[in-house]
Amino acid sequence: MPLRRLSRTLLEAVALIALVVLAAACAPNATQDTLKPAGPYAERIDNLFRPVFWIATAVFVVVEGLLLYLVVRYRHRKGRREIPPQVHGNQRLEIAWTIVPAIILVGVAIPTVSGIYALAAKPSGQVLEVNVIGHQWWWEFDYPDLDVNTANVLHIPVGEPVYASLCAAGTGYKGVTAPNACQEAGSYGNVGDDVIHSFWVPRLAGKQDVVPGRTNHLVLQADRPGTYTGQCAEFCGLSHAYMRLEVVAQTPSDFEAWVRQQQADAVTPPQGSLAATGLNEFLNGACIGCHAIQGPKVNDQPLTQPGGPNLTHLMSRDCFAGCIFATNRANLERWMRDPPAVKPGSWMPDYGLSDQQVRALVAYLMTLK
Amino acid sequence: MATVSVPAEGARGGLLRRPTATTGFWSWITTVDHKRIGILYGITAFAFFLIGGIEALFIRLQLAQPDGKILSASTYNEFFTMHGVTMIFLVVMPLSAAFFNYFIPLQIGARDVAFPRLNAFTYWAFLAGGLFIYSGFFLGGAPNGGWFGYAPLSTVEPGNNMLFYALGLLMTGIASTASAMNLAVTIINMRAPGMTMFRMPVFMWMALVVQLLLAFALPIITVGLFQMLFDRRFGTHFFDPAAGGDPVLWQHMFWLFGHPEVYILILPAMGIVSEVLPVFARKPLFGYEFVVFSGIAIGFIGFGVWAHHMFAVGLGPVANTAFGISTLIIAVPTGVKIFNWLGTLWKGDIRFTTPMLFAVAFIGQFVVGGLSGVTHAVVPADYQQTDTYYVVAHFHYVLFGGAIFGLFAGVYYWWPKVFGRMLNERVGKLNFWLMVIGFNLTFGPMHILGLQGMPRRIQSYPATLGLGIWNMVATIGAFLIATSVLIFLLNAIASFRRPRDAAADPWDARTLEWSVSSPPPPYNFEEIPVVHSLDELWHRKYAETEGGVVVPVPAGGAGTDPAHGGSGAGPEGHGAGGHAIHLPGPSYFPAVAALGLPLIGYGVIFHLWMAVAGAVVLLAGVYGWAIEPASE
Amino acid sequence: MESVHTFESEHEATSTGLPNTKLAMWLFLASDCLLFGALISTYVLYRGASLVGPYPSEVFDIPYTSVSSFVLLASSLTMVLALAAIQRGEMGRMRVWLLATGLLGMTFVGGQVYEFTTFYREGLTLSTNLFGTTFYVLTGFHGTHVGVGVLMLLSLVAMSFTGRITPRDTMAVELVGLYWHFVDIVWIVIFTVVYLIPTGK
Repeated sequence: MPLRRLSRTLLEAVALIALVVLAAACAPNATQDTLKPAGPYAERIDNLFRPVFWIATAVFVVVEGLLLYLVVRYRHRKGRREIPPQVHGNQRLEIAWTIVPAIILVGVAIPTVSGIYALAAKPSGQVLEVNVIGHQWWWEFDYPDLDVNTANVLHIPVGEPVYASLCAAGTGYKGVTAPNACQEAGSYGNVGDDVIHSFWVPRLAGKQDVVPGRTNHLVLQADRPGTYTGQCAEFCGLSHAYMRLEVVAQTPSDFEAWVRQQQADAVTPPQGSLAATGLNEFLNGACIGCHAIQGPKVNDQPLTQPGGPNLTHLMSRDCFAGCIFATNRANLERWMRDPPAVKPGSWMPDYGLSDQQVRALVAYLMTLK
Repeated sequence: MATVSVPAEGARGGLLRRPTATTGFWSWITTVDHKRIGILYGITAFAFFLIGGIEALFIRLQLAQPDGKILSASTYNEFFTMHGVTMIFLVVMPLSAAFFNYFIPLQIGARDVAFPRLNAFTYWAFLAGGLFIYSGFFLGGAPNGGWFGYAPLSTVEPGNNMLFYALGLLMTGIASTASAMNLAVTIINMRAPGMTMFRMPVFMWMALVVQLLLAFALPIITVGLFQMLFDRRFGTHFFDPAAGGDPVLWQHMFWLFGHPEVYILILPAMGIVSEVLPVFARKPLFGYEFVVFSGIAIGFIGFGVWAHHMFAVGLGPVANTAFGISTLIIAVPTGVKIFNWLGTLWKGDIRFTTPMLFAVAFIGQFVVGGLSGVTHAVVPADYQQTDTYYVVAHFHYVLFGGAIFGLFAGVYYWWPKVFGRMLNERVGKLNFWLMVIGFNLTFGPMHILGLQGMPRRIQSYPATLGLGIWNMVATIGAFLIATSVLIFLLNAIASFRRPRDAAADPWDARTLEWSVSSPPPPYNFEEIPVVHSLDELWHRKYAETEGGVVVPVPAGGAGTDPAHGGSGAGPEGHGAGGHAIHLPGPSYFPAVAALGLPLIGYGVIFHLWMAVAGAVVLLAGVYGWAIEPASE
Repeated sequence: MESVHTFESEHEATSTGLPNTKLAMWLFLASDCLLFGALISTYVLYRGASLVGPYPSEVFDIPYTSVSSFVLLASSLTMVLALAAIQRGEMGRMRVWLLATGLLGMTFVGGQVYEFTTFYREGLTLSTNLFGTTFYVLTGFHGTHVGVGVLMLLSLVAMSFTGRITPRDTMAVELVGLYWHFVDIVWIVIFTVVYLIPTGK
């Protein structure tokens, strides 16, 4: 009899849903959990979502409950032959059930609109400005006022709003159009800079797209020190899944220390060391075609970094290559040997380096603290 | 029995001798009978459903655990792109078209659609487009830029993949546009005498709104696809930021079509549910006018909400506010229908046949999808939800839990009418329960995955995010769905082993298609019926006493005897019996013309001379068609 | 010889009273409005956004294009005359006016071809800048529509010689006429928006 199976399965469904809701609240390791906001901007969203969610749940319970009730109460009873009265409608009722949801939605619309404007506004007072430049498939972070340029790991001070300008560096802008401040700050001119990305650190803010040709803005803020993960949220090609990032929120003094460390030149490795050999390889090889390191010079010119991450303080970042590998010797060597093999579509090609070269280069990179 | 005339063997008038086969392979290639074309659409759509489902299974296998290694990145990108393209353009739309083609003339009391050869052409163009897109797998790469093909990725990524996308969708777009003209004119212009617009079945209203949505939305995506094609192939700069172009223009073009498209996808299923519920609750649809008006409202407002797919693009607070509000507004006519359906069940005499089960599940699941849609309209919340698995959950609840379930209700409901055999009820119920459980197990957890930070379109995720459990559950659910579909297939195949002896009206239904035999004769109705009310067939079978009690009308009078498969043969019949019924003759030219399209497509990608050849074939097909008389 | 009837001939009753073919043509033209709407919107959106020249003011020859616009306008008049002729049963006259319409249409397209080759020599191609991209695609779509119209007109003339078009087939001429007038009206919009409305460059 379908009825018994119907009610039993529905009970199972309800139990499942309850479990689901509970599990959502209890998930460990949820560094990207939108339901665990860690700053005022993410909180504002959460404070809007939760009541709407509960209203939706209430509507769900009422409507599904009604549905359940109706299919049980009015199921065909064996032996019944009469055809029910052919009711065509009830205009008053239909008008009522059109107006009531409309009113509820007006109620939802008001905080929605105020939320839109609040999140779009540039905060006044002390603000940290950051340029976020999207590349295929890594994040560049440039602090215009601090003269710091890094990749994949974004350090911010707690309690201070961070006003991020989001742009894609793009090819061909040079000489054709004046890049905007964000683009100018970025390392552009490389293939793979022309697609849309989306910058998303769920616990600190909603997401905002990185669109070639325009500069978008996003405000984020962390209330507590910690590491918050994020990733690209707009399909951008082969390694879209591997375009991750970390936000490290620090106390103001720790943040200042970090800034000073980032502003310093790279250390020169001691002569004769394997690292010195690596530096030599770096300056004479293809590396300087894309990567800048602040400190070493080629023909008295500083390295200009058209297209790849700035490596000056690589070891101060606990992840690299779009934050998919921990920054350690083994991973760096694996990467160096054949980047596209470990990251599909990587614009850093396999240079066919010998084991010797790889070890030397990685030894040098490991000095870039 | 009416005599039917088809063009005589070798009849002159056209470029080629007129095909005459009525059975066999060639009769299907040259058919212009809306019923056969409907069956062709249905079978082809179902085949694509299986392929799209297999793509989904691979996706789920890849995502079942963290750091999955089943598919390479490039294959994964092809699979999720093709899954979306297939399900939307090659399954739900053609499956809806199958029902429209088969049942529009039958429900409005006509013998065929307004332009039978155009009808055939739309099927062949659809088939050509679908095969063309899939041929990408063998010719360098299937589309891999997502079903939404955002520029600049879709215009700069090397390879021909997105050329197959643009050209293939242009072909299916031609099919749908032509179909829209045909079916809209049919519904507006070919209704039986007495069938005013407000005596049409709701399914007809939904069909009409869908055709108008197609007619006005498809041109926009056509332009967008040409722009993408030209950017890739001919060096234009529509979406090229280095030349001052705006990638967001593509998004506007796409979603101006894409949003009406989702209503194109759901309204047919809503129409089916609006037919099925009254039949199995034994009372009319509650609030017919409201349901009709809400469908029309959805059609109109549907053109005003497109940028709600673009809340995170950076259009600015004014635009986001406007579209957030318009999206909340459209929730009203959408939600209202739910209450009308509940009102239909209230005080009914509900029989839980398989079609009814699917229709009831549609309501339950569509509510979930609709509610998550409302949370999307809360724009700041959408900044977290967009581009995550929360959205994937939302649209699968409305498109699978809604549209596919509704279409399955239609399949089970109308199977006896189309094939003359019933589907097995017990197997049907097994199909249903497995599908309901599998579906909810697959897509329910995706709400959580999205809220926990899992973006869309990623081929793997790290173990550190805690997403493994629900992904595994979703994968298990997906295999349950696959099992349920297999069971349906077995049910379908088994039905053909049974004799073709279904009654004309096995469900005691309400609309005109049940007044003719199962399957209907080629000319549909012996006499074109004269219609006096909504639910015309029901009123021929039953009348109400003064007290509102429903009693059967005595047979043999002005009513119909469903067992004998004739339409109203009494004094209300249109014309005297014995006059010849003129049917449109079969034709090669729709298929010939459609053949030109993929030739043009391959030509644009590979060798331009082939495009010229294709254009010649297309032109020749159209000319042959124009010169050939529609009927003798 | 069989004449060309549509399945639902103009004399069979329809729910609206309009013949199916006419209703279909109106619906098609309404749909086509959106096609051109999207193309024109793209042009307008990118107006003034080209980063390099040639720019519109540098290549446009308004007097020249005005003449060809007038040619196309005149073709609508001849089209009306063609319809009037068949409605009076004057097949000979109808052929004359249909041919005139077709010739004027071909003159228009020919004029555009000349215009575009001039632009091309002045350095404006599809890929030069946004102006080239949007201009050629918009006018190209329109020109293709005109071309299809000319094909239909010439087909009508040919079919009237072989007896496939008889005085009963006014609907066929009327439908082609509807299409032709639509194409003409679209050109008026394009001419105004693209050529006549001044831009900064």
